[in-house]
Amino acid sequence: MHVIVCVKQIPDPALPGELDPATNTLKREGKLILDESDGYGVEMALQLVTAAGGGEVSLVSMAPNDEVSGLRTALAMGAAKAVLVSDPALSGADALTTAKVLGAATKKLDDADLILAGTESSDGYTGTVPEQLAEVLGLPSVTFAKTVEVADGALKVDRQTEAGYDEVSCPLPAVVSVTAGVVEPRYPSFKGIMAAKSKPVETVTLGDLGIDAVSWAQQIVSVDDAPEREAGEVIEDDGEAFGKIVEFLDNLKVI
Amino acid sequence: MSDSVASSPFYTEDHDAFREVVRQFAEKEIAPHVHEWDLAGEVPRDLYNKAGAIGFFGDGFDEEFGGHGQRDALMRLVLMQEISRAGSGGVVAALLSNYIGLPPVQKFGSDELKARVLTPCMSGEAIAALAITEPSGGSDVARIRTTARRDGDHYVINGSKTFITSGMRADFFTTAVRTGGEGAAGLSMVVIDGDSPGLDRTPLDKMGWLASDTATLYFDDVRVPVENLLGHEGAGFSMIVNNFNPERIDLAAQSIAFARVCYEEALAWARERETFGKRLADHQVIRHKLVEMDRRINANQAWLELLAWRLNAGDDPVAEICEAKVDATLAFEFCAREAAQILGGASYLRGDTVERLYREVRVQAIGGGSEEIMRDLAGRQIGL
Repeated sequence: MHVIVCVKQIPDPALPGELDPATNTLKREGKLILDESDGYGVEMALQLVTAAGGGEVSLVSMAPNDEVSGLRTALAMGAAKAVLVSDPALSGADALTTAKVLGAATKKLDDADLILAGTESSDGYTGTVPEQLAEVLGLPSVTFAKTVEVADGALKVDRQTEAGYDEVSCPLPAVVSVTAGVVEPRYPSFKGIMAAKSKPVETVTLGDLGIDAVSWAQQIVSVDDAPEREAGEVIEDDGEAFGKIVEFLDNLKVI
Repeated sequence: MSDSVASSPFYTEDHDAFREVVRQFAEKEIAPHVHEWDLAGEVPRDLYNKAGAIGFFGDGFDEEFGGHGQRDALMRLVLMQEISRAGSGGVVAALLSNYIGLPPVQKFGSDELKARVLTPCMSGEAIAALAITEPSGGSDVARIRTTARRDGDHYVINGSKTFITSGMRADFFTTAVRTGGEGAAGLSMVVIDGDSPGLDRTPLDKMGWLASDTATLYFDDVRVPVENLLGHEGAGFSMIVNNFNPERIDLAAQSIAFARVCYEEALAWARERETFGKRLADHQVIRHKLVEMDRRINANQAWLELLAWRLNAGDDPVAEICEAKVDATLAFEFCAREAAQILGGASYLRGDTVERLYREVRVQAIGGGSEEIMRDLAGRQIGL
């Protein structure tokens, strides 16, 4: 079984991020780490390959400056190889462009039985790349998976909804977005870290993918600070405060 | 550890990658539970399995038995310091008894013994402990009284050991015994299985390291196969002495990591807490305390990294490791005290990180060789 996982390498969220004033996009000049939300996709892929009794997990990613730090983490977890698209022309690319590029990157690998991705990245939060990738590749799209099972050559997914979950069946190959928190990503081991250094990472440009030029219509026209939180309402207890609290909670529709 | 480490010339990408793993492990698997484990008097058994899965126990052990296949003092420094960030010496001691119990097995055990002992300990399935100290003495190892009498293809062990880290549940004890006459030349090392008939264990109630099971062991005609002898009879003393060096730099590394935890706790509080119309950090007396803590931590950290680099280069700086252990534990003691002063009453409450570390300072300054022994040994090494 061959599972391709789309992973994003992002600036460390623990460090203060900075926007490029010219493009209003996040600066990505330093070391990039594996997006935590993609750790779930990698873990699920590794578990599916184990359950299938064999195969491998490959990675596709798009990042500036030939950055591979985040990919090495996923390789240390157990993925076998990666394709990285790194091209200055992609700086500030929008979600649809990203999906087209990742779709082309998957063609550098053997055909996949399944393509997994996180539901959304922890920096951009567009939450649209997996569905667009499915469209680009002409594959079925299943979103918000909480469990994924492959049986008899078909896919069974429990798909998280607001009310519960849908049971979805779908032919393979398909693109599935994995909800955060549904599996416990393993820690890379010492041996995994050392082995990851010799695992193949093919770094390619747009030209290598046969893409002559890219352009996108989406622009971030302005960025505003989030409004400061307003002070809460203080209810002085005059003996009737409970009624006001009940009313307050009732208005919130939480009781 | 901190920003100062990020700019250190000693670390490679491998160190950074493993640092990140151990840091996450400490933050997620250990830090939220340390008080609960202190109250329970032990860490959960499956923590060893989780630690084994990331290669926590492997530095210096053969790859074929589950180890890293290399000894890297800088990687070990990273491991010690990151696991210590969880702020519990007890958890660190419990997890790391392998690192004092197993090196003699790695260096002097037969392949059969290594396969039986190292392999399960590397994965976390089994726990190893080192049994040297006796009720009648610790650092004066040449006077060890526990005897091993040869009886056919077995040794028969009689005696007692105390202050044994992981003593209550270790599966293997690397034990100093007397196979010969008086003095250092009569000492040998044997591996004693934890389930051996005639081995009894009594838990010790302690001031700190509450999450670590510490025990007194009693050997009453315990029969040990001669295959469990490490090296040859009479080789025990040098094994014991050589085993102390890594333990001491490990203890120093932990101590500086704990000192930094105290510093960071105090720093966060000093920035938040206001007294007399300004932040604690704005009072000169508090600022000086914090800078003094940071100064001593940074100096020790730089020294430890240099020592680790020298160990990797093949040097054997025994005197300086002794000195570094003294200075690291004194710095830790200072930082725990000053952090407690800055935190005030909060540091006196059970469950507070600084409260725990304040109690645990004592064992860091005594275990693996007390300050006094360290100074004396350093003096002899220097040739005074």
